[in-house]
Amino acid sequence: MRMDSERQVSTNDALIEFRKVDKFFNKPEEGRYQVVGDLNIKVRENEFLVLFGPGQCGKSTILNMVAGFEMPSAGEVLCQGKPIEAPGPERGMVFQNTALFPWLTVMGNVEYGPKVRGVKKEERRQKAQHYIDLVGLQGFENSFPVKLSGGMQQRVGIARAYCNEPLVMLLDEPFGHLDAQTRYLMQDELTRIWQAEKRTVIFVTNNIEEAVYLADRILVLRNCPTGVKAEYEITLPRPRNYTDPEFLRLRREIDSVVDHTL
Amino acid sequence: MKDKKKFQINKYIFISILSICFGIFVWWLVTDGLGIFRSNALPSPVKVFESFIKKWYETKPDGATLLEHLIASLQVALGGYVIGAVIGIPLGIFMAWNDKIDMCVRPVFDLVRTIPGVAWTSVMVTLVGIGFLSKALVIFISAMVAMVINSYSGIKQTKTVHLWVGQTFGASNWELLTKIAIPSALPMIFTGLDVALGSAWTTLVAAELLASTKGLGFMIQQARGIFRLDIVIVGMIVIAITGAVLSTIIQWLGRKMIKGGRT
Repeated sequence: MRMDSERQVSTNDALIEFRKVDKFFNKPEEGRYQVVGDLNIKVRENEFLVLFGPGQCGKSTILNMVAGFEMPSAGEVLCQGKPIEAPGPERGMVFQNTALFPWLTVMGNVEYGPKVRGVKKEERRQKAQHYIDLVGLQGFENSFPVKLSGGMQQRVGIARAYCNEPLVMLLDEPFGHLDAQTRYLMQDELTRIWQAEKRTVIFVTNNIEEAVYLADRILVLRNCPTGVKAEYEITLPRPRNYTDPEFLRLRREIDSVVDHTL
Repeated sequence: MKDKKKFQINKYIFISILSICFGIFVWWLVTDGLGIFRSNALPSPVKVFESFIKKWYETKPDGATLLEHLIASLQVALGGYVIGAVIGIPLGIFMAWNDKIDMCVRPVFDLVRTIPGVAWTSVMVTLVGIGFLSKALVIFISAMVAMVINSYSGIKQTKTVHLWVGQTFGASNWELLTKIAIPSALPMIFTGLDVALGSAWTTLVAAELLASTKGLGFMIQQARGIFRLDIVIVGMIVIAITGAVLSTIIQWLGRKMIKGGRT
Protein backbone atom coordinates (compact mmCIF):
# COMPACT_ATOMS: atom_id res chain seq x y z
CA MET A 1 0.00 0.00 0.00
CA ARG A 2 2.90 2.34 0.60
CA MET A 3 4.80 3.85 -2.24
CA ASP A 4 7.63 6.27 -2.66
CA SER A 5 6.76 9.76 -3.72
CA GLU A 6 8.95 9.39 -6.80
CA ARG A 7 6.77 6.62 -8.19
CA GLN A 8 3.60 8.57 -8.73
CA VAL A 9 0.66 6.72 -10.20
CA SER A 10 0.92 7.51 -13.86
CA THR A 11 -2.52 8.28 -15.13
CA ASN A 12 -3.22 10.53 -18.04
CA ASP A 13 -6.45 11.91 -16.67
CA ALA A 14 -4.76 14.11 -14.06
CA LEU A 15 -7.11 17.01 -13.39
CA ILE A 16 -4.61 18.99 -11.36
CA GLU A 17 -0.90 18.47 -11.69
CA PHE A 18 2.08 19.89 -9.79
CA ARG A 19 5.32 19.62 -11.77
CA LYS A 20 8.54 20.20 -9.84
CA VAL A 21 7.00 23.05 -7.90
CA ASP A 22 9.09 25.23 -5.58
CA LYS A 23 7.71 28.08 -3.57
CA PHE A 24 9.72 30.69 -1.73
CA PHE A 25 8.48 33.44 0.52
CA ASN A 26 10.27 36.65 1.40
CA LYS A 27 9.82 37.75 4.94
CA PRO A 28 11.49 40.88 6.28
CA GLU A 29 12.85 39.19 9.41
CA GLU A 30 13.75 35.79 8.03
CA GLY A 31 14.69 36.68 4.48
CA ARG A 32 13.96 34.26 1.67
CA TYR A 33 12.84 30.84 2.79
CA GLN A 34 11.41 27.82 1.06
CA VAL A 35 7.95 26.51 1.94
CA VAL A 36 7.48 24.04 -0.91
CA GLY A 37 10.27 22.05 -2.52
CA ASP A 38 10.17 19.84 -5.63
CA LEU A 39 6.51 19.02 -5.30
CA ASN A 40 5.03 16.56 -7.77
CA ILE A 41 1.38 15.67 -7.42
CA LYS A 42 -1.21 14.34 -9.82
CA VAL A 43 -4.81 14.64 -8.78
CA ARG A 44 -7.21 12.25 -10.51
CA GLU A 45 -10.73 13.07 -11.50
CA ASN A 46 -13.37 12.57 -8.79
CA GLU A 47 -10.91 11.33 -6.20
CA PHE A 48 -10.90 12.46 -2.58
CA LEU A 49 -7.28 13.42 -2.03
CA VAL A 50 -6.11 14.31 1.44
CA LEU A 51 -2.91 16.25 2.01
CA PHE A 52 -1.83 15.34 5.48
CA GLY A 53 1.06 16.90 7.34
CA PRO A 54 2.05 18.34 10.66
CA GLY A 55 1.96 21.95 11.77
CA GLN A 56 2.68 24.96 9.60
CA CYS A 57 4.36 23.28 6.68
CA GLY A 58 2.91 25.01 3.65
CA LYS A 59 -0.18 22.87 3.11
CA SER A 60 -2.34 25.94 2.61
CA THR A 61 0.23 27.31 0.17
CA ILE A 62 -0.30 24.21 -1.99
CA LEU A 63 -4.05 24.84 -2.10
CA ASN A 64 -3.53 28.56 -2.69
CA MET A 65 -1.46 27.69 -5.74
CA VAL A 66 -4.24 25.48 -7.13
CA ALA A 67 -6.78 28.23 -6.40
CA GLY A 68 -4.54 30.77 -8.14
CA PHE A 69 -4.08 33.05 -5.14
CA GLU A 70 -0.35 32.37 -5.18
CA MET A 71 2.03 31.50 -8.01
CA PRO A 72 4.81 28.90 -7.84
CA SER A 73 8.36 30.28 -7.71
CA ALA A 74 9.53 27.43 -9.98
CA GLY A 75 7.81 24.61 -11.83
CA GLU A 76 4.16 24.69 -12.84
CA VAL A 77 0.71 23.91 -11.58
CA LEU A 78 -1.66 22.68 -14.27
CA CYS A 79 -5.42 22.38 -14.39
CA GLN A 80 -6.58 20.11 -17.23
CA GLY A 81 -3.14 20.51 -18.75
CA LYS A 82 -3.20 24.32 -18.74
CA PRO A 83 -1.05 26.39 -16.34
CA ILE A 84 -2.99 28.07 -13.55
CA GLU A 85 -2.53 31.83 -13.74
CA ALA A 86 -5.42 33.30 -11.75
CA PRO A 87 -8.37 32.26 -9.57
CA GLY A 88 -11.27 30.85 -11.53
CA PRO A 89 -14.72 29.36 -11.02
CA GLU A 90 -13.56 25.83 -11.92
CA ARG A 91 -11.57 25.72 -8.67
CA GLY A 92 -13.73 26.29 -5.60
CA MET A 93 -12.33 26.86 -2.15
CA VAL A 94 -13.70 26.24 1.33
CA PHE A 95 -11.67 28.23 3.81
CA GLN A 96 -10.52 27.47 7.33
CA ASN A 97 -12.49 30.39 8.78
CA THR A 98 -15.49 29.91 6.49
CA ALA A 99 -14.98 33.37 4.91
CA LEU A 100 -18.72 33.74 4.45
CA PHE A 101 -19.97 37.21 3.53
CA PRO A 102 -21.52 38.44 6.79
CA TRP A 103 -23.78 40.92 5.00
CA LEU A 104 -25.51 38.21 2.96
CA THR A 105 -27.99 35.58 4.11
CA VAL A 106 -27.31 31.85 3.72
CA MET A 107 -29.15 32.00 0.40
CA GLY A 108 -27.23 35.12 -0.64
CA ASN A 109 -23.93 33.42 0.10
CA VAL A 110 -24.75 30.16 -1.66
CA GLU A 111 -26.15 31.78 -4.80
CA TYR A 112 -23.24 34.22 -4.98
CA GLY A 113 -21.19 32.24 -7.55
CA PRO A 114 -23.99 31.71 -10.07
CA LYS A 115 -25.06 35.33 -9.56
CA VAL A 116 -21.61 36.61 -10.50
CA ARG A 117 -21.71 34.41 -13.59
CA GLY A 118 -25.04 35.96 -14.57
CA VAL A 119 -27.30 32.96 -14.00
CA LYS A 120 -30.97 34.04 -13.95
CA LYS A 121 -32.53 34.53 -10.54
CA GLU A 122 -35.03 31.67 -10.70
CA GLU A 123 -32.46 29.17 -11.93
CA ARG A 124 -29.79 30.12 -9.40
CA ARG A 125 -32.29 30.15 -6.54
CA GLN A 126 -33.32 26.63 -7.46
CA LYS A 127 -29.71 25.50 -7.65
CA ALA A 128 -28.77 27.19 -4.38
CA GLN A 129 -31.78 25.62 -2.69
CA HIS A 130 -30.63 22.21 -3.91
CA TYR A 131 -27.24 22.64 -2.25
CA ILE A 132 -28.69 24.18 0.89
CA ASP A 133 -30.85 21.08 1.18
CA LEU A 134 -27.85 18.86 0.42
CA VAL A 135 -25.86 20.27 3.33
CA GLY A 136 -28.94 20.05 5.57
CA LEU A 137 -29.63 23.75 6.13
CA GLN A 138 -33.23 23.96 4.90
CA GLY A 139 -35.08 26.50 7.01
CA PHE A 140 -31.99 28.69 7.44
CA GLU A 141 -32.06 30.26 3.96
CA ASN A 142 -32.76 33.73 5.33
CA SER A 143 -30.47 33.58 8.36
CA PHE A 144 -27.32 35.66 8.49
CA PRO A 145 -24.01 33.83 9.16
CA VAL A 146 -23.61 35.52 12.55
CA LYS A 147 -26.65 33.57 13.78
CA LEU A 148 -25.19 30.19 12.80
CA SER A 149 -22.90 27.83 14.73
CA GLY A 150 -19.40 27.04 13.46
CA GLY A 151 -20.53 23.73 11.96
CA MET A 152 -23.47 25.34 10.20
CA GLN A 153 -21.25 28.12 8.85
CA GLN A 154 -18.92 25.50 7.41
CA ARG A 155 -21.92 23.78 5.78
CA VAL A 156 -22.77 27.09 4.10
CA GLY A 157 -19.14 27.36 2.96
CA ILE A 158 -19.35 23.88 1.41
CA ALA A 159 -22.72 24.62 -0.23
CA ARG A 160 -21.37 27.90 -1.60
CA ALA A 161 -18.36 26.17 -3.18
CA TYR A 162 -20.55 23.33 -4.52
CA CYS A 163 -23.17 25.67 -5.96
CA ASN A 164 -20.59 27.12 -8.31
CA GLU A 165 -20.09 23.58 -9.68
CA PRO A 166 -16.29 23.64 -9.72
CA LEU A 167 -14.20 20.87 -11.27
CA VAL A 168 -12.19 20.66 -8.09
CA MET A 169 -13.07 21.53 -4.50
CA LEU A 170 -10.25 22.76 -2.29
CA LEU A 171 -10.83 22.39 1.44
CA ASP A 172 -8.29 24.03 3.72
CA GLU A 173 -8.64 22.46 7.17
CA PRO A 174 -12.33 23.27 7.06
CA PHE A 175 -13.12 21.56 10.35
CA GLY A 176 -10.03 22.77 12.21
CA HIS A 177 -11.95 25.22 14.37
CA LEU A 178 -14.84 22.95 15.26
CA ASP A 179 -15.19 21.06 18.50
CA ALA A 180 -14.54 17.30 18.38
CA GLN A 181 -18.20 16.21 18.25
CA THR A 182 -19.13 18.64 15.49
CA ARG A 183 -16.00 17.66 13.65
CA TYR A 184 -17.01 13.95 13.55
CA LEU A 185 -20.47 14.95 12.41
CA MET A 186 -19.12 17.17 9.66
CA GLN A 187 -16.78 14.41 8.45
CA ASP A 188 -19.81 12.14 8.04
CA GLU A 189 -21.70 14.92 6.33
CA LEU A 190 -18.88 15.68 3.94
CA THR A 191 -18.61 11.98 3.01
CA ARG A 192 -22.35 11.87 2.39
CA ILE A 193 -22.33 15.07 0.31
CA TRP A 194 -19.34 13.92 -1.69
CA GLN A 195 -20.94 10.53 -2.39
CA ALA A 196 -24.18 12.24 -3.42
CA GLU A 197 -22.38 14.56 -5.85
CA LYS A 198 -18.94 13.40 -6.81
CA ARG A 199 -16.32 16.07 -7.28
CA THR A 200 -12.58 16.06 -7.23
CA VAL A 201 -11.63 17.09 -3.71
CA ILE A 202 -8.30 18.19 -2.32
CA PHE A 203 -8.61 18.27 1.44
CA VAL A 204 -5.88 19.60 3.71
CA THR A 205 -5.68 18.49 7.33
CA ASN A 206 -3.28 17.95 10.20
CA ASN A 207 -5.59 15.38 11.77
CA ILE A 208 -4.58 11.82 10.98
CA GLU A 209 -7.92 10.30 11.91
CA GLU A 210 -9.75 12.74 9.67
CA ALA A 211 -7.36 11.89 6.83
CA VAL A 212 -7.96 8.14 7.04
CA TYR A 213 -11.69 8.61 7.53
CA LEU A 214 -12.20 10.76 4.43
CA ALA A 215 -9.55 9.92 1.86
CA ASP A 216 -9.36 7.81 -1.27
CA ARG A 217 -5.70 8.64 -1.22
CA ILE A 218 -3.50 10.32 1.36
CA LEU A 219 -0.30 12.18 0.60
CA VAL A 220 1.81 12.50 3.71
CA LEU A 221 3.74 15.74 3.50
CA ARG A 222 7.26 16.40 4.68
CA ASN A 223 7.82 19.46 6.83
CA CYS A 224 9.36 22.66 5.45
CA PRO A 225 10.07 22.69 2.61
CA THR A 226 6.95 20.73 1.92
CA GLY A 227 7.04 17.80 -0.44
CA VAL A 228 5.38 14.41 -0.69
CA LYS A 229 6.89 11.95 1.75
CA ALA A 230 4.63 8.95 1.36
CA GLU A 231 1.41 7.98 -0.35
CA TYR A 232 -1.39 5.71 0.76
CA GLU A 233 -4.42 4.42 -1.12
CA ILE A 234 -7.30 3.96 1.30
CA THR A 235 -9.69 1.32 0.02
CA LEU A 236 -11.79 0.87 3.16
CA PRO A 237 -15.50 0.91 2.31
CA ARG A 238 -17.57 3.94 3.36
CA PRO A 239 -19.00 4.80 5.81
CA ARG A 240 -15.83 4.07 7.72
CA ASN A 241 -15.42 3.19 11.34
CA TYR A 242 -12.83 4.91 13.53
CA THR A 243 -12.36 1.74 15.61
CA ASP A 244 -12.19 -0.77 12.75
CA PRO A 245 -8.91 -2.81 13.13
CA GLU A 246 -7.81 -1.99 9.57
CA PHE A 247 -8.55 1.69 10.21
CA LEU A 248 -6.41 1.64 13.33
CA ARG A 249 -3.61 -0.24 11.59
CA LEU A 250 -3.51 2.35 8.80
CA ARG A 251 -3.56 5.11 11.33
CA ARG A 252 -0.55 3.65 13.17
CA GLU A 253 1.33 3.03 9.95
CA ILE A 254 0.84 6.57 8.68
CA ASP A 255 1.67 8.01 12.06
CA SER A 256 5.03 6.23 11.97
CA VAL A 257 6.17 8.12 8.86
CA VAL A 258 5.09 11.58 9.98
CA ASP A 259 7.71 14.15 10.93
CA HIS A 260 6.80 14.89 14.49
CA THR A 261 7.87 18.37 15.39
CA LEU A 262 7.24 20.51 18.38
CA MET B 1 -34.41 36.81 27.39
CA LYS B 2 -36.01 39.52 25.30
CA ASP B 3 -37.83 40.92 28.32
CA LYS B 4 -34.57 41.09 30.19
CA LYS B 5 -32.96 43.00 27.34
CA LYS B 6 -35.91 45.38 27.24
CA PHE B 7 -35.60 45.89 30.97
CA GLN B 8 -31.89 46.68 30.54
CA ILE B 9 -32.71 49.29 27.89
CA ASN B 10 -35.45 50.81 30.04
CA LYS B 11 -33.10 50.92 32.99
CA TYR B 12 -30.53 52.70 30.87
CA ILE B 13 -33.05 55.28 29.66
CA PHE B 14 -34.22 55.82 33.24
CA ILE B 15 -30.68 56.42 34.49
CA SER B 16 -29.98 58.82 31.61
CA ILE B 17 -33.06 60.88 32.38
CA LEU B 18 -32.18 60.86 36.05
CA SER B 19 -28.67 62.19 35.42
CA ILE B 20 -30.00 64.98 33.18
CA CYS B 21 -32.53 65.92 35.89
CA PHE B 22 -29.75 65.92 38.44
CA GLY B 23 -27.69 68.26 36.23
CA ILE B 24 -30.61 70.65 35.94
CA PHE B 25 -31.17 70.47 39.68
CA VAL B 26 -27.56 71.43 40.41
CA TRP B 27 -27.89 74.27 37.91
CA TRP B 28 -31.04 75.46 39.69
CA LEU B 29 -29.33 75.11 43.07
CA VAL B 30 -26.38 77.36 42.20
CA THR B 31 -28.67 80.03 40.67
CA ASP B 32 -32.17 80.47 42.11
CA GLY B 33 -31.75 77.97 44.94
CA LEU B 34 -28.70 79.24 46.80
CA GLY B 35 -28.03 82.35 44.75
CA ILE B 36 -24.32 81.61 44.23
CA PHE B 37 -24.49 83.07 40.73
CA ARG B 38 -26.51 86.15 40.02
CA SER B 39 -28.94 85.98 37.13
CA ASN B 40 -26.87 88.25 34.89
CA ALA B 41 -23.85 85.95 35.35
CA LEU B 42 -25.70 82.63 35.00
CA PRO B 43 -29.46 82.66 34.39
CA SER B 44 -31.47 80.00 36.17
CA PRO B 45 -33.09 77.05 34.36
CA VAL B 46 -36.50 78.64 34.93
CA LYS B 47 -35.40 81.87 33.25
CA VAL B 48 -33.82 79.96 30.34
CA PHE B 49 -36.99 77.93 29.88
CA GLU B 50 -39.08 81.12 29.78
CA SER B 51 -36.77 82.62 27.17
CA PHE B 52 -36.90 79.38 25.22
CA ILE B 53 -40.70 79.55 24.99
CA LYS B 54 -40.65 83.27 24.18
CA LYS B 55 -38.04 82.91 21.48
CA TRP B 56 -40.42 80.80 19.36
CA TYR B 57 -42.53 83.90 18.61
CA GLU B 58 -40.28 86.85 19.55
CA THR B 59 -37.74 88.19 17.06
CA LYS B 60 -35.87 90.30 19.62
CA PRO B 61 -32.93 90.89 19.96
CA ASP B 62 -31.57 89.43 16.73
CA GLY B 63 -34.40 89.84 14.22
CA ALA B 64 -35.65 86.26 13.87
CA THR B 65 -37.55 83.61 15.81
CA LEU B 66 -35.88 80.46 17.13
CA LEU B 67 -37.47 78.36 14.40
CA GLU B 68 -36.13 80.67 11.68
CA HIS B 69 -32.63 80.42 13.17
CA LEU B 70 -32.92 76.66 13.45
CA ILE B 71 -34.09 76.25 9.85
CA ALA B 72 -31.34 78.56 8.60
CA SER B 73 -28.73 76.51 10.45
CA LEU B 74 -30.16 73.16 9.32
CA GLN B 75 -30.24 74.27 5.70
CA VAL B 76 -26.59 75.22 5.74
CA ALA B 77 -25.46 72.23 7.77
CA LEU B 78 -27.38 69.62 5.79
CA GLY B 79 -26.51 71.27 2.49
CA GLY B 80 -22.79 71.10 3.19
CA TYR B 81 -23.14 67.67 4.76
CA VAL B 82 -24.93 66.11 1.81
CA ILE B 83 -22.43 67.51 -0.70
CA GLY B 84 -19.67 66.26 1.61
CA ALA B 85 -21.17 62.75 1.56
CA VAL B 86 -21.79 62.70 -2.18
CA ILE B 87 -18.17 63.67 -2.87
CA GLY B 88 -16.36 62.36 0.22
CA ILE B 89 -17.63 58.77 0.33
CA PRO B 90 -16.87 57.88 -3.31
CA LEU B 91 -13.54 59.72 -3.03
CA GLY B 92 -12.53 57.65 0.01
CA ILE B 93 -13.68 54.44 -1.67
CA PHE B 94 -11.79 55.04 -4.89
CA MET B 95 -8.66 56.23 -3.06
CA ALA B 96 -8.64 52.97 -1.11
CA TRP B 97 -9.36 50.82 -4.15
CA ASN B 98 -7.04 52.39 -6.69
CA ASP B 99 -3.40 53.15 -5.86
CA LYS B 100 -3.07 55.71 -8.64
CA ILE B 101 -6.00 57.77 -7.36
CA ASP B 102 -4.61 57.39 -3.86
CA MET B 103 -1.21 58.72 -4.89
CA CYS B 104 -2.72 61.69 -6.73
CA VAL B 105 -5.23 62.77 -4.10
CA ARG B 106 -3.53 61.73 -0.88
CA PRO B 107 -0.92 64.53 -0.55
CA VAL B 108 -3.51 67.28 -1.03
CA PHE B 109 -5.98 65.52 1.24
CA ASP B 110 -3.44 64.98 4.02
CA LEU B 111 -2.69 68.71 4.02
CA VAL B 112 -6.34 69.77 3.93
CA ARG B 113 -7.45 67.47 6.72
CA THR B 114 -5.13 69.04 9.26
CA ILE B 115 -6.82 72.43 8.85
CA PRO B 116 -9.75 72.94 11.24
CA GLY B 117 -12.96 73.56 9.30
CA VAL B 118 -13.49 76.97 10.89
CA ALA B 119 -10.15 78.19 9.60
CA TRP B 120 -11.64 78.12 6.11
CA THR B 121 -14.30 80.65 7.05
CA SER B 122 -12.34 83.81 6.34
CA VAL B 123 -11.15 82.47 2.99
CA MET B 124 -14.67 81.50 1.99
CA VAL B 125 -16.12 84.82 3.11
CA THR B 126 -13.59 86.68 0.96
CA LEU B 127 -14.37 84.39 -1.96
CA VAL B 128 -18.18 84.17 -1.90
CA GLY B 129 -19.45 86.54 0.82
CA ILE B 130 -21.27 85.79 4.05
CA GLY B 131 -24.30 84.06 2.52
CA PHE B 132 -25.38 80.44 2.42
CA LEU B 133 -22.60 79.34 0.11
CA SER B 134 -19.59 80.33 2.20
CA LYS B 135 -20.82 78.45 5.27
CA ALA B 136 -22.00 75.48 3.25
CA LEU B 137 -18.52 75.22 1.72
CA VAL B 138 -16.84 75.37 5.12
CA ILE B 139 -19.11 72.60 6.36
CA PHE B 140 -18.61 70.63 3.18
CA ILE B 141 -14.85 70.59 3.79
CA SER B 142 -15.02 69.54 7.42
CA ALA B 143 -17.70 66.88 6.81
CA MET B 144 -15.92 65.49 3.80
CA VAL B 145 -12.69 64.87 5.70
CA ALA B 146 -14.39 62.46 8.14
CA MET B 147 -16.23 60.68 5.34
CA VAL B 148 -13.12 60.20 3.21
CA ILE B 149 -11.07 58.86 6.13
CA ASN B 150 -13.71 56.40 7.27
CA SER B 151 -14.74 55.05 3.88
CA TYR B 152 -11.06 54.79 2.99
CA SER B 153 -10.21 52.64 5.98
CA GLY B 154 -13.44 50.66 5.59
CA ILE B 155 -12.42 49.59 2.09
CA LYS B 156 -8.82 48.96 3.18
CA GLN B 157 -10.09 46.62 5.90
CA THR B 158 -11.84 44.33 3.40
CA LYS B 159 -10.69 40.80 4.20
CA THR B 160 -8.37 39.35 1.57
CA VAL B 161 -10.15 36.04 1.92
CA HIS B 162 -13.47 37.66 0.93
CA LEU B 163 -11.85 39.05 -2.19
CA TRP B 164 -10.39 35.61 -2.88
CA VAL B 165 -13.84 34.07 -2.67
CA GLY B 166 -15.06 36.63 -5.19
CA GLN B 167 -12.15 35.84 -7.48
CA THR B 168 -12.75 32.09 -7.39
CA PHE B 169 -16.29 32.87 -8.51
CA GLY B 170 -14.89 34.88 -11.41
CA ALA B 171 -15.95 38.32 -10.19
CA SER B 172 -14.53 41.28 -12.12
CA ASN B 173 -12.61 44.08 -10.42
CA TRP B 174 -15.75 46.25 -10.46
CA GLU B 175 -17.84 43.43 -8.93
CA LEU B 176 -15.20 42.88 -6.26
CA LEU B 177 -15.53 46.56 -5.36
CA THR B 178 -19.30 46.92 -5.50
CA LYS B 179 -20.38 43.49 -4.29
CA ILE B 180 -17.66 42.75 -1.71
CA ALA B 181 -15.52 45.71 -0.66
CA ILE B 182 -18.33 48.26 -0.34
CA PRO B 183 -20.80 46.01 1.54
CA SER B 184 -18.02 44.98 3.92
CA ALA B 185 -17.03 48.65 4.42
CA LEU B 186 -20.58 49.78 5.07
CA PRO B 187 -20.29 49.88 8.90
CA MET B 188 -17.23 52.11 8.60
CA ILE B 189 -18.95 54.31 6.01
CA PHE B 190 -21.79 54.87 8.46
CA THR B 191 -19.32 55.65 11.23
CA GLY B 192 -17.97 58.29 8.85
CA LEU B 193 -21.46 59.68 8.28
CA ASP B 194 -21.99 59.93 12.02
CA VAL B 195 -18.63 61.53 12.79
CA ALA B 196 -19.05 63.92 9.85
CA LEU B 197 -22.45 64.95 11.15
CA GLY B 198 -20.88 65.91 14.46
CA SER B 199 -18.14 67.93 12.83
CA ALA B 200 -20.58 69.53 10.35
CA TRP B 201 -22.82 70.70 13.17
CA THR B 202 -20.05 72.06 15.38
CA THR B 203 -18.30 73.72 12.45
CA LEU B 204 -21.58 75.32 11.43
CA VAL B 205 -22.07 77.08 14.72
CA ALA B 206 -18.50 78.28 14.73
CA ALA B 207 -18.85 79.52 11.15
CA GLU B 208 -22.07 81.33 12.00
CA LEU B 209 -20.38 83.11 14.87
CA LEU B 210 -18.02 84.63 12.34
CA ALA B 211 -20.06 85.15 9.23
CA SER B 212 -23.82 85.19 9.25
CA THR B 213 -27.06 87.12 9.38
CA LYS B 214 -29.22 84.27 10.64
CA GLY B 215 -28.78 80.92 12.36
CA LEU B 216 -28.25 79.51 15.83
CA GLY B 217 -24.60 80.58 15.97
CA PHE B 218 -25.59 84.07 14.89
CA MET B 219 -28.32 84.16 17.56
CA ILE B 220 -25.79 83.23 20.23
CA GLN B 221 -23.33 85.82 18.98
CA GLN B 222 -25.94 88.61 19.02
CA ALA B 223 -27.24 87.66 22.47
CA ARG B 224 -23.72 87.54 23.85
CA GLY B 225 -23.13 91.12 22.61
CA ILE B 226 -25.95 92.43 24.77
CA PHE B 227 -25.35 90.08 27.73
CA ARG B 228 -28.52 88.07 27.17
CA LEU B 229 -27.01 84.85 28.54
CA ASP B 230 -30.42 83.19 28.75
CA ILE B 231 -30.67 83.28 24.95
CA VAL B 232 -27.07 82.08 24.63
CA ILE B 233 -27.98 79.05 26.70
CA VAL B 234 -31.22 78.50 24.75
CA GLY B 235 -29.09 78.43 21.60
CA MET B 236 -26.66 75.95 23.13
CA ILE B 237 -29.46 73.62 24.21
CA VAL B 238 -31.18 73.71 20.82
CA ILE B 239 -27.84 72.95 19.17
CA ALA B 240 -27.28 70.00 21.49
CA ILE B 241 -30.74 68.51 21.01
CA THR B 242 -30.76 68.97 17.23
CA GLY B 243 -27.31 67.37 16.99
CA ALA B 244 -28.46 64.40 19.05
CA VAL B 245 -31.60 63.95 16.95
CA LEU B 246 -29.67 64.07 13.67
CA SER B 247 -27.12 61.58 15.00
CA THR B 248 -29.92 59.24 16.09
CA ILE B 249 -31.41 59.38 12.60
CA ILE B 250 -28.07 58.44 11.01
CA GLN B 251 -27.56 55.58 13.47
CA TRP B 252 -31.07 54.30 12.86
CA LEU B 253 -30.45 54.43 9.12
CA GLY B 254 -27.21 52.53 9.65
CA ARG B 255 -28.96 49.77 11.58
CA LYS B 256 -31.50 49.46 8.75
CA MET B 257 -28.86 49.23 6.06
CA ILE B 258 -26.05 47.24 7.66
CA LYS B 259 -27.01 43.58 7.41
CA GLY B 260 -25.76 40.61 9.36
CA GLY B 261 -25.35 41.95 12.88
CA ARG B 262 -22.24 44.01 12.32
CA THR B 263 -23.19 47.16 14.22
